[in-house]
Amino acid sequence: MKARQKRFAIVIGGLAALGIAAALILNAFQSNLVFFFTPTQVAAGEAPKGRAFRVGGLVKEGSLQRNDITARFIVTDTAQEIQVAYTGILPDLFSEGKGVVAQGTLSPDGQFTASEVLAKHDENYMPPEAQAAVDKAHEASRSLQQ
Amino acid sequence: MTPSSINWFKFAAPARFYPLAGRLWPWFAAIGTLLGLVGLWISFFVAPTDFQQGEGYRIIFIHVPASWMSMFIYCVMAFYALLGVTFNTRLAGMMSSALAPTGALFAFLSLWTGALWGKPMWGTWWVWDARLTSELILFFLYVGYIALTAAIDDPRRADKAGFIVSLVGVVNVPVIYFSVKWWNTLHQGASVSLTKAPSMATTMLLGMLIMALAFWAYTIAMALYRVRAIILERERNATWVAELPEMKS
Repeated sequence: MKARQKRFAIVIGGLAALGIAAALILNAFQSNLVFFFTPTQVAAGEAPKGRAFRVGGLVKEGSLQRNDITARFIVTDTAQEIQVAYTGILPDLFSEGKGVVAQGTLSPDGQFTASEVLAKHDENYMPPEAQAAVDKAHEASRSLQQ
Repeated sequence: MTPSSINWFKFAAPARFYPLAGRLWPWFAAIGTLLGLVGLWISFFVAPTDFQQGEGYRIIFIHVPASWMSMFIYCVMAFYALLGVTFNTRLAGMMSSALAPTGALFAFLSLWTGALWGKPMWGTWWVWDARLTSELILFFLYVGYIALTAAIDDPRRADKAGFIVSLVGVVNVPVIYFSVKWWNTLHQGASVSLTKAPSMATTMLLGMLIMALAFWAYTIAMALYRVRAIILERERNATWVAELPEMKS
């Protein structure tokens, strides 16, 4: 083996070792790296108890109630639901059926009191007319199934 | 001479690469400027309004290409580090140093435009989610590379120290890229990837890709321009530098 092949092998070997180490570390910290917990995870008791955490999902259609500047809504991942209360200004993109991440604490009765609410949008970008067409197509396929 | 028999190592000699870079960089600068103008025009005047985010989404035309470039430049630096360690070519370290400031610039642009975008859409400038944090680490890696190589006086030793930073730090790049897949993040998933059809309207996608090409051309132009300065500085005592026409006048 020439010297340069040896150096190449050392670098590649080093990188592979480093990559494996990084993968193992990230895997070990898996639960600390999630930004939010889904309602299903919360229901399964995976969320930390007794301290603040974030819950993320979709705002359930028709669940939003506003009382002065206190908003009550249900965060759902379509399997489980969490009742959230938040006093403050909601982000512009917050709306029913859209993604949301709320930070706060869970009381024993299952009520989540949020201190911060962030909107989470998806990776789809299209003009409003295209969105209208998509909604229409969804509607059509739904009525066909019935 | 067939293309496959080109001796690429010929251009690894700084004395040969210096005039080549000098001939090439104005072309890339011109292409970058042209594509940048076309890209910005499409971004601001042709691309439609978004159904969800209104006009605010237009920051994507800077944000996404800048983020791509910040990750890609680091990979190129790691590639040069591999070349430098394996073949001991002086040019590898010089190219690495020439690329680092542009990479840092794009990483900063990515974070900054991301903050400006996050405030109106998410409701916050910054969150410590996996995507944002790993991109911040990338920015620190660039700054660390620049600081470390600047702190060592002997250029050859500085290059070697820089190679280690590039090679170790490159592990972070896939973490940034896949962070939105591996973990729950506030940051949304990729709109454009190799594995699925893009989830963007065609005009929007076109604007973004042209901006990305403009950033590519800009990066190449800047790296070539900067590497010429680095070559001159390091080889100032060499006879070929003294014989350059611009030195004689």
